[in-house]
Amino acid sequence: MLKFILNDTEVSSAAAAGTLLLDFIRYQQHLTGTKIGCREGDCGACTILVGEIIEGKLKYHTTTSCLMPLGNATGKHIVSIEGLNVEGLNVVQQAFADEGATQCGFCTPGFIVSLASFCISEKKPAYEDAIHAVNGNICRCTGYKSIERAAALINQKMQQRQQQDPLTFASENNIVPAYFSSILQRLTQLRETTCTPSQPVAHKKKLGGGTDLYVQQHEEMVNEDIDFLLNDHSLNGITVQGNICWMGASVTAADMAASPVFEEYFSNMPHYIKLISSTQIRNMATIAGNICNASPIGDFTIFFLALDAQLQLRSGETIRTVPLRDFYKGYKQMDKQADELLEKIFFSLPTGNAHFNFEKVCKRTHLDIATVNTALLLTMQGDVITAAGLSAGGVAAVPFYFSQASSFLTNKKISAGVLQELLSIIQAEIEPISDVRGSATYKRMLLQQLVTAHFLKFVPGAEAKGCL
Amino acid sequence: MKNIDSFSHTRGESIYLDDIPLLQGTLFAAVYGSPLAHGKILSLNVSDAATMPGVVKIFTAADIPGINQIGGIVADEPLLAEDEVHFNGMPVALVVARTAAEAYAAVKKITMEIDPHPIVTDPRVAKQNGSLIVPPRTFKIGDSEAAFANCKHVVQGTAATNGQEHLYIETQGAYAVPLEQGAIKIYSSTQGPTAVQRHAADVLGIPMHRIEVDTTRLGGGFGGKEDQATSWAIYCALAAQLLKQPVKYSLNRMEDMRMTGKRNPYSSDFRIGLDEDYRIQAYEATFYQNAGASADLSPAVLERTLFHCTNSYFVPNVTATAYSCRTNLPSNTAFRGFGGPQGMFVIESAIAKAAEQLGISAAEIQQKNLLKTGDEFPYGQIAASEAEACWHKAVREYDVERMQKEIADFNATHPLLKRGLSFMPVCFGISFTKTPMNQARALVHVYTDGSVLLSTGAVEMGQGVNTKMIQVAAATFAIAASRIKINSTNTFRIANTSPSAASATADLNGKAVQIACNKILERLLQTAAELLEASAEEIEIKDEVIYHAGKATSLTWTKLVMETYLKRRSLSEHGHYATPQINYNHAIEKGHPFAYHVYGTALTTVTVDCLRGIYTVDAVQLVHDFGSSMNPIIDRGQIEGGLLQGIGWMTMEEIVYDAEGRLRSNALSTYKVPDIYAAPKTVDIHFLETSNDNLAIFRSKAVGEPPLMYGIGTYFALRNAIKAFNPDSKVNFSAPMTPEKVLLGLYEKLVFQNYTNETIISEKIESI
Repeated sequence: MLKFILNDTEVSSAAAAGTLLLDFIRYQQHLTGTKIGCREGDCGACTILVGEIIEGKLKYHTTTSCLMPLGNATGKHIVSIEGLNVEGLNVVQQAFADEGATQCGFCTPGFIVSLASFCISEKKPAYEDAIHAVNGNICRCTGYKSIERAAALINQKMQQRQQQDPLTFASENNIVPAYFSSILQRLTQLRETTCTPSQPVAHKKKLGGGTDLYVQQHEEMVNEDIDFLLNDHSLNGITVQGNICWMGASVTAADMAASPVFEEYFSNMPHYIKLISSTQIRNMATIAGNICNASPIGDFTIFFLALDAQLQLRSGETIRTVPLRDFYKGYKQMDKQADELLEKIFFSLPTGNAHFNFEKVCKRTHLDIATVNTALLLTMQGDVITAAGLSAGGVAAVPFYFSQASSFLTNKKISAGVLQELLSIIQAEIEPISDVRGSATYKRMLLQQLVTAHFLKFVPGAEAKGCL
Repeated sequence: MKNIDSFSHTRGESIYLDDIPLLQGTLFAAVYGSPLAHGKILSLNVSDAATMPGVVKIFTAADIPGINQIGGIVADEPLLAEDEVHFNGMPVALVVARTAAEAYAAVKKITMEIDPHPIVTDPRVAKQNGSLIVPPRTFKIGDSEAAFANCKHVVQGTAATNGQEHLYIETQGAYAVPLEQGAIKIYSSTQGPTAVQRHAADVLGIPMHRIEVDTTRLGGGFGGKEDQATSWAIYCALAAQLLKQPVKYSLNRMEDMRMTGKRNPYSSDFRIGLDEDYRIQAYEATFYQNAGASADLSPAVLERTLFHCTNSYFVPNVTATAYSCRTNLPSNTAFRGFGGPQGMFVIESAIAKAAEQLGISAAEIQQKNLLKTGDEFPYGQIAASEAEACWHKAVREYDVERMQKEIADFNATHPLLKRGLSFMPVCFGISFTKTPMNQARALVHVYTDGSVLLSTGAVEMGQGVNTKMIQVAAATFAIAASRIKINSTNTFRIANTSPSAASATADLNGKAVQIACNKILERLLQTAAELLEASAEEIEIKDEVIYHAGKATSLTWTKLVMETYLKRRSLSEHGHYATPQINYNHAIEKGHPFAYHVYGTALTTVTVDCLRGIYTVDAVQLVHDFGSSMNPIIDRGQIEGGLLQGIGWMTMEEIVYDAEGRLRSNALSTYKVPDIYAAPKTVDIHFLETSNDNLAIFRSKAVGEPPLMYGIGTYFALRNAIKAFNPDSKVNFSAPMTPEKVLLGLYEKLVFQNYTNETIISEKIESI
């Protein structure tokens, strides 16, 4: 029996744990405010709130219910648009009505839910964050300007929050219904009465965030015997030991974005994260899942290839370590047995004299899959490169690590001549194909531009001179 | 007045097709589409599918009791393929099962053998093969051939615009319920309930009076549910009638994208001639429209391309010819702008190319040739123009001189970032170009408690038409809007409706509501006159109070309504409106087809990242001719939404079919529409309030389609930015301007022969 709280009601369901929350909410609970737009996490019409207790505190984030199985909802508070309704309109809804931010209305509940999550976030409210909250919501009618105006109104209201607890403020100010204040206690009780998840069994399908598996195998997954990795707390967390950063298999993109470790070592992290997927998807998608999906254009895979990340694979009691750079054997082929689980990822944190940069270009700058993405880590001693790691996606059948180009850079000084030579080496290493994301010629050209962009970022003063 | 749907929309309580509570015994349908784009059907094997769990029945063309035909303009579109298939995804069989999942599982078990025929996806190839949907049309004014001889500057070229996926967030769908006496009720997510009713009657072989089509609202339409909602409704109706059980079909996104048509792509040739003062003396254009496999609405789209081929300019000598070309793609169809944008892109390209060759800015040519009141369109109508008013207002309001200087300064100091500015004037005609469609009816009931119920032929799809209808009734009766409720759109209440399209829905239905309300009002005033012993001319209603000779009386709206009832006067009325003055003679291609035109000018500023080939739209600042807007919140929303849809069409929205006619951009992961970050940072809208009389409801001009064409400005602004980086760039007139085209336009010198690269990059590093 799967138990969780849906809006103000505790539900237990005998449905298959692989059943999508979207279908459960709409067709079993008959709560039709959560809409179906694409069933692949790309439109946000089915956005819901997920509340869970983390370190004693109740925290909420958004996800697209079209990619979230019931098994990942166990013991949590799931909120659909109906669960945000109060007498009349709440603050978010009223702002949408006042600004004409709803036209056909089909995407609207998703936007309302996303902005509710902005309102109950612990972060100090800022307009930009209100916009980031809806970066996974597509509206085809309004052109977003009225939604921006509504977001500004909502943010204005949120500025009234001083030291109060976000949930208390929200329930006292007509932002969320009063029952939210009882959830922490009810969820604690529910967790106490819910049995712990079963131990992993070799033949079960392993599921992290599900954001790729449910897109690719939506029908099959529903009735699979699934091991829900997100419920295994031993797989959580980002830790640092010495100079090594360890990430568990269930670390999500959002965890990484919020991690003080990444904030400290990757100053441009917010910029990179904004280029990758959407808020809702980042809240579910795991880094390990991105790596095991083996997509030749996986953003995090490219990121960690440059960092020379190592993968710790477990099968029963057997553990082995594989460098990410050796992990891919061909298109969607990995050095990983069916019963092996990518349990941990670890890598050396960049030292003080290292430069790291990630670049990505796609048809739509945000919430899109890369045409070409690339990352470069340069370790410098004075003006000499002592170590280099260059990777790129969209230019080969696998997420590509440039072994020749990277070793070429070692012991070189950055100059136009070196870059010129590097670009020639790169072109010889890659084999892009023409597809819906761009022609092979374009991908070659784009990689060249993006690698150049890496170097322009590293040359001091380039931005000040208005070159970027 | 705020949109009346805001309350239920924001609470998730609005009911769309997939939200309708289902009746017991409801079955689910799914269509099997052809795996090949063209060929003769040799065999169809449904036997494996028929034995799948939950399958109730599989229907093919042979099961159709009436005629297997749903073509609206031309009878060339079968509901289910019989002998041949004409596009990949063309419906061949209909599976009905106990659950949607079972229906989809069974569809996967159907196979067919097809003798493949050559696949054509290019309209010019189709034209060469003589494969046209309808005979070509030519619009002509003056003598372009003779005029070219006298032109100082003559420029020619080609221009192309790709299609555009509607991407209504609610996919297509329908739910059919059998009623007694052989009747059937169809809930349909359609812009054209009457089209569904008429074609369902044909297919089922029953009269239209037995088919009730009901539409509460759509989760977006944009033209994609004008004709193309019909087939899904009929599949449900067919199965419901034959099985005597309710049948529902709500398409999944990939089915919808694969099986439905999009905005018609066009490939066109142009020739433009200017005199020494840069006045356009002659213009010739040949349009090759990619219609897809059947006519659908393409002939009407083609016509509007011709109507708008000179956009907002006066050209004395024009010859424009358009071919509707049959290809092996899903039938392309209506999409906001309806051929107008495709026509305008070509003349804007011609002007841009001429400007480049003359070394002047396109704006110089654009401005010199703007329509003036009294100018004649190529189709004979005389303009009542606001084109210059909009243009000059934009120049002043947004201080174009300052903008131009800022851009020049920015470009001079930023080697790898370039800004571009464009002007996009728009002139768009309002009315269905098929004159008989310009009619509408409204049914108004006033109940004895003073509440009012409206029914019209208008379909609410986000454009706010229901709110506007309530505004019309509230203003006419002088009562609170809260007293008025609007019904779903239903063919049993309002018959023979025109689709909600052509930006004309609020005008046509609003006028019908006004007529009906006025007739009831006349009877109410007569009652009041009798009660107050006055003449009806002295009576008026203000804020629900009856005034006599300018003084408030004790008689109120509710009392007056009851008194009128007691006097046995009808409190109901059926209003009929037909747009006056309009006419069109197809034989000579001349007439007065539009009730009026809408004008505007948009200034677009973009920044191109010349290293990565990506870009942002910084600002769109426009002046738009609203007439006198009856609802500025709703109308502003239409401008902002239409604009971004146009920008999407011109930038990131790229439809990709392969040579086999398979859609490659077949999901939201591969077909990108603008997200919130893609919206222009600034959108300024100046309302040009014009006092000229017009045929719009309350003189509030139609606003649905015209703003989409402001998006074309983004294409030309990007082009200007590319030219600022690389003045020799040969970037084609081919939309959309994807980041790929931008990068290739910025660096045409780069070639990858033997993977060696030349020049540019090292120059860049050295320039730091």
